Amino acid sequence: MGIAVNNVTKTFGAFKALDRVSINVAAGSLCALLGPSGSGKTTLLRILAGLELPDSGTVVAHDDDVTNRSVRERNMGFVFQHYALFRHMTVFDNVAFPLRIRGWSSAKMQERVSELLHLVRLDNLEKRYPAQLSGGQRQRVALARALAASPAVLLLDEPFGALDAKVRLELRQWLRRFHKEIGVTTILVTHDQEEAFEVADQVVVMRQGTVEQAGTPQQIFDHPASAFVMEFLGHVNIFHGRLEDGGRINLGNETPDAQTPVAPPLYVRPHELDLERIGGAGSLAARIVHINPVSSLVRVQLTAVELGVPILVEVTRERFEELALRVGETLYVSPRKARTFLPDYSI
Amino acid sequence: MASDLPPLSADPSPAREQANAKPQAAEGSTTLRQGQQDPAWVRWTLIGLAVIVLIVLVVVPVVNVFVEALGDGVGAYWENIAGNEETLHAIGLTLLVAPISVILNTGFGIVAAWLVARFQFPGRTILVTLIDLPFSVSPVVVGLLFVLLFGMQGYFGPWLRDHGIRIIFATPSIIMVTTFVTFPFVARELIPVFEEIGPDEELAALTLGATPWQMFWHVTLPNIRWGLLYGVILCNARAMGEFGAVYVVSGRIAGQTDTMPLLVERLFQEYNTPGAFAVASLLTLLALVTLIVKAYLERKIDAEK
Repeated sequence: MGIAVNNVTKTFGAFKALDRVSINVAAGSLCALLGPSGSGKTTLLRILAGLELPDSGTVVAHDDDVTNRSVRERNMGFVFQHYALFRHMTVFDNVAFPLRIRGWSSAKMQERVSELLHLVRLDNLEKRYPAQLSGGQRQRVALARALAASPAVLLLDEPFGALDAKVRLELRQWLRRFHKEIGVTTILVTHDQEEAFEVADQVVVMRQGTVEQAGTPQQIFDHPASAFVMEFLGHVNIFHGRLEDGGRINLGNETPDAQTPVAPPLYVRPHELDLERIGGAGSLAARIVHINPVSSLVRVQLTAVELGVPILVEVTRERFEELALRVGETLYVSPRKARTFLPDYSI
Repeated sequence: MASDLPPLSADPSPAREQANAKPQAAEGSTTLRQGQQDPAWVRWTLIGLAVIVLIVLVVVPVVNVFVEALGDGVGAYWENIAGNEETLHAIGLTLLVAPISVILNTGFGIVAAWLVARFQFPGRTILVTLIDLPFSVSPVVVGLLFVLLFGMQGYFGPWLRDHGIRIIFATPSIIMVTTFVTFPFVARELIPVFEEIGPDEELAALTLGATPWQMFWHVTLPNIRWGLLYGVILCNARAMGEFGAVYVVSGRIAGQTDTMPLLVERLFQEYNTPGAFAVASLLTLLALVTLIVKAYLERKIDAEK
């Protein structure tokens, strides 16, 4: 058993940051806490580290109730969003800090620090100060420092939040392999769903202080538990059509009248829509507004002719060339797949 | 052990980004200046006025202190300082009082600034106000308050007399009022320093296994060192120069409770102008040294940012 958070509640004044949150993270796995700002993910991470105390609930790490332990006793590595490197110490002294206060001999310390700096690919920067490093390098020093005392758990708060896009992508893949290698139970906080899905074994989607859904990236992407998760995980088209008998989907052309109850909206991902030259039953006529052919998928933006709502469709390059799409043309949009969710009780 | 990890490409160096940004800024400010320049006569009149005011109010008095002190020659100057027992005692008393006040205020200042910058607690606003109080109260009033508390007719006076403790008209009261008056310097200097550094490094130290005490010595103190030194220097200058509050509580007993500023005033009243200026020149020298150290520290603090 790795880490378990049971029924944790935390309030700041009148604001409920966490409301009876429970999560389980398997030992040795990498779990991402994903959510928009204000969803409570960072608060949960700080409670795990002992930097905040929960109002109620327990934190169990490796079968050991640590709820009332001090930060120091928990021995969890924590990497802060802005690294929190000791600015007056060299890279070496930063990484050696947890060893020095544990009274290691200087020979052992030297050996361990070299090993760690090699692990994070910063072999020749021992004598530099944090101010002389780039953002990505600082991030890795912080990681090495957090790992120095062999923590049982590694906690990362928005680890790539302050880096530029290219470094971010690179470090993401690197972290994935790095985690495989060190095998320490790791929990990271992020608001970037791509990041969470790329690095994590398990993703916990949070919203307004509660867990919205937890599972593997595949489970969550394929079977979102709510409209919130669906919308949070990437672009989604929302139609006010309806599912007809026999599973056929009717998009739009549906004038709601007083007799028929309003159907819940249909959620369709851009890649689940198809474009055709000839309209079939239930398809929707739309005019192409913009074509973005930069990636392997071609993104086509359209506007529904009758309803005026914007639609985003992703088609493969082959399909794009087959149809020879041009801006201004009118085509027919039909879904291969659509989802509905029961309306939120709050609406 | 990590041989199959890919090498990471070099990240863009922060230094290069700064170098690229500079020429643009310089260009912008040049064009601005040309467009906004006043006519030459306006500029030179204003600059001239400022220089005259500075000379009359600052340069002449400071130079004059040394001219008057050294007017009868270096020998007489030395005699005025080293040959006079009262003067030597006053110097000794100032060198005793100031360091004690500075040490007390350094300890207090660090704790108060840390509390105010790091925590929200009931009474925080009151604490901030209390830190500022000595700045807004006249030192003479401070002196009177202490006389009222510890003097013979004061609240604690009879009890102190019965136990043979002398506070007013003795060194303890001088230390007390000096500490009170110089109370805000270190704390006021450190609050913004603590706020700018933020709590992350301290929290990081705790997550890495440091005790609060280790955190303070290895992380907090090194981070605030220049700001702290700056506050200490200012605190010390003020402590050595304090006049009003000390004037009231010391009783001005020659050779016993006269500090350097009090002695300057006494010698001047006794028409011993060379003697007064000799002691005054020492205080002025202290001020000049303080300013030089202060300028050095300010550059150091800027460099660290």
